[in-house]
Amino acid sequence: MNFPILSSLILLPTIGALFLFFIKEKEGNNTTIKYVALFTTVVNFLISIYLCITFDQSTSSFQFIEDRTWIKGFINYKVGVDGISILFIILTTFITPLCIISVNNSVKNRLRDFLIAILIMESFMIGVFSALDLVVFYLFFEAGLIPMFLIIGIWGGARRVYSAFKFFLYTLLGSVLMLVAIISIYWITGTTDVVQLYEIGIDVKYQNLLWLAFFSSFAVKTPMWPVHTWLPDAHVEAPTAGSVLLAAILLKMAGYGFIRFSLGLFPVASEVFTPLIYTLSVIAIIFTSLIALMQEDMKKLIAYSSVAHMGFVTLGIFTLQQQGIEGSIIQMISHGLVSAALFLTVGVVYDRMHSRLISTYGGLVSVIPKYSILFMLFALASLGLPGTSGFIGEFLILMGAFKDNFLVAVVASIGVILGAAYMLWLYKRVVFGKLVNEDLKKILDLNRSEYFILSCLAAPILFFGFYPDPLINTIEVSVTDLINMHKINIASK
Amino acid sequence: MENLNLILPEIFISLSIMFLLILGVFKNDSSKITFNLSLFAILITTIITFNETFSVTRETLFNESVVIDSMSSLMKIITLIGGFLVLVISSTYLKTFKIYNIEYPVLILSSILGMMVMISSNDLIVFYMGLELQSLALYVLATYNRDQLKSSEAGLKYFVLSALSSGLLLYGCSLVYGFSGSTNFDIISNQLNSNEYVLTFGIVFILVGLAFKISAVPFHMWAPDVYEGSPTTVTLFFTIVPKVAALTVFIRFLYVPFLNLIDQWQMIIVFLSIASMVFGAVAAIGQTNIKRLIAYSSIGHIGYTLAGLATASNDGIQSSIIYISIYVVMNLALFSCLLMLRRKDQYYEDIDDLSGLSKNHPLLSLCLLLILFSLAGIPPLAGFFAKFYVFKAVLEQSMYFLAIVGLLSTVVAAFYYLRIIKIMYFDKEKDKYDTDHSLWLKFSLTVSTILILLYFIFPSQLIEVVSRINII
Repeated sequence: MNFPILSSLILLPTIGALFLFFIKEKEGNNTTIKYVALFTTVVNFLISIYLCITFDQSTSSFQFIEDRTWIKGFINYKVGVDGISILFIILTTFITPLCIISVNNSVKNRLRDFLIAILIMESFMIGVFSALDLVVFYLFFEAGLIPMFLIIGIWGGARRVYSAFKFFLYTLLGSVLMLVAIISIYWITGTTDVVQLYEIGIDVKYQNLLWLAFFSSFAVKTPMWPVHTWLPDAHVEAPTAGSVLLAAILLKMAGYGFIRFSLGLFPVASEVFTPLIYTLSVIAIIFTSLIALMQEDMKKLIAYSSVAHMGFVTLGIFTLQQQGIEGSIIQMISHGLVSAALFLTVGVVYDRMHSRLISTYGGLVSVIPKYSILFMLFALASLGLPGTSGFIGEFLILMGAFKDNFLVAVVASIGVILGAAYMLWLYKRVVFGKLVNEDLKKILDLNRSEYFILSCLAAPILFFGFYPDPLINTIEVSVTDLINMHKINIASK
Repeated sequence: MENLNLILPEIFISLSIMFLLILGVFKNDSSKITFNLSLFAILITTIITFNETFSVTRETLFNESVVIDSMSSLMKIITLIGGFLVLVISSTYLKTFKIYNIEYPVLILSSILGMMVMISSNDLIVFYMGLELQSLALYVLATYNRDQLKSSEAGLKYFVLSALSSGLLLYGCSLVYGFSGSTNFDIISNQLNSNEYVLTFGIVFILVGLAFKISAVPFHMWAPDVYEGSPTTVTLFFTIVPKVAALTVFIRFLYVPFLNLIDQWQMIIVFLSIASMVFGAVAAIGQTNIKRLIAYSSIGHIGYTLAGLATASNDGIQSSIIYISIYVVMNLALFSCLLMLRRKDQYYEDIDDLSGLSKNHPLLSLCLLLILFSLAGIPPLAGFFAKFYVFKAVLEQSMYFLAIVGLLSTVVAAFYYLRIIKIMYFDKEKDKYDTDHSLWLKFSLTVSTILILLYFIFPSQLIEVVSRINII
């Protein structure tokens, strides 16, 4: 048996959290606590890099598999990665340390508890992306609610209680139906092991209902229109680090779930429900883009833009074309980086001015030029300018969509224009224009840690914008295999 | 000659009760020693039960009126451990209210004896005797804090309603006896094949009586008042120990004498289960007193346990037993927290008294947080697995409606658990509570919280123990 590298990835943050638990929190001086958390996550990141280096890109089968009996004769603890999930794991381990560096300014009280919540969250998120058993997946998927509920509720803004409840109950409501479906799958096929289920396949007559049950959970988590309303609330009220985790990683769980489970397990039903997904995605893209245009609050605007971007993702996944699915995965990774960066940039000015309203700002470029340049880069990446990672994702998705359904693709393309509109308008109002607000003249430019975090995010955004091959190479075999399997399944039914 | 070793636990516990009563008469100021001796007695009874009966698959005694099988021994052990822990964490509370007397442990012992008789019963008469023995002890326990109006009210209410339900139960028993010509469960099972209306009445009466004892909706009305009024330690006892015993009897009745009449009772159980789950979840939302809230939450939990019973399969019965075991641990932990809310000899029971607890008592509130999330059924805590097994069994029988209603009511229930967490973690803090708790209280809280938290690492052990129970 090889070294259980995935389990150690999952466990390490929890062990770090346990350590933190036994360190006493001191007033004013919390460097030890921060360094322990940072050290844990950085080590985790290094392990995931090692995972990536030793990962074999030429095969679509799952690697680093660990399979242990957990509940005898029923569930095995089974984890493993393929080309799709490994990217999300690296995204998680990459974003978490940045979150921890960023808490410096935004979290004032109970820092230790905050870091414990973030570390435990990281464990659960890695668990979601590596689980190869439906029950194990569900366990991690749901468990993430607990730390996130606390992060929003304890360290959030003024309406934090309402937002935390909404977040928790919405997601729980979506998920319980998935639990019914998972147990039903067990009784229909006799296993919850994803790899085995791929081989056996699920009887066509059950697929539609099961697909809908999974959909109810993923749609809430994605979030798709019309169940997206929890997201703006949760985003706005969460502390910066919480928003970053939520936008960058939590939303990706659902997209990942769609690819891994909805497409993989229910190929026929996926085909049946494609029009539904198309409709909801297109509505999400256009409708939430329009809403984003009207927002006064920067965080809310970015939150709505997330819904629109996730609309592109779901659209791409259900084109069932090579380009579409690859585009969706790249869009998710890119959105993970870009939205994290945008929330952090908003966090930077929020820490200084304690206002998220766009009208507070204006003319920032003359006061804090470094900040303005980075903000521009992220805004452009968000609207999908060529040369940034955002472009690759959107472009591939639209290509896939054009192949499959011309009308949908045309409408979705309008969304790209709207995206440019709200992002550029936001940028214009915040950074350009006259410097009216007197208080703004005194604010300082990025400090070292902020500069470091934002550059860390800017680098991959630009790198993958110009040279997406590493991403595409990693996912290509897995996606091809997924699509071939899908075609075989459709043909045989 | 009967093998009396099998009922040695009952014999031993009866002798201890008599001894303790005599001791109370002859020795002045004997409450402390009675407490310790009764703890010792429960401990020994547990060991005897484990040694003598745990490996027995199925044996009957006294003309088959008493049955010792894997279910009865497991449930007896759960009852005894529950009783032990209740007794052991009661002392500080009782001393505060100056009701630290010898009657308390003796009453608890006798109700445990009644429950053990109930659990082992294979005969209507034996069953009824055990039921009444435990009920009588419980009436007195409910009024134990007799200087308080609420406690007396609780006892009276419990007595009147419980007596009514016992009456119904007895009437049902007599009808069943009339049709089968025997009081023995196995013989009844062979005799009852017909679909006579009056026989259905008998079954309904018995089920109503039993539903009352486990406080399933719509026979739950007594529970919130009695739970609120009784002394907190007695409430703890009410919420766990009698439920274990009553559930065992429930299982025994449904799957031994009434097994052939499954069409008649399955719908009733499904209804009781759905009503309890939904009502328990909805009614708890408006509560401000923690004990009342726990009453409604325990009604909801009974609903989930009944869902397992409704399946008419061994998997279902096993899942119910797992559910009730995990529920016992969770409630024990919850009440341990509640008993820690003490400031200057006063106990606090309102939800608002928890306000900002996390700032003053971070460890206590962390435990409570885990317990509440577990009660809400959020993975990876033990409460999730309890629900998971039940719904697994329910879905095996393709009872989709029951499963979906049950899971949706967990979402509603999650709301009120979250509300407590919100008050603890998000609201402003109040004065600190005392921290000089007895060692046993800390022990029971720590152990039960750790069990809840780490159950997911070794889920197979409990399943293995329970999987020996094959009733059908």
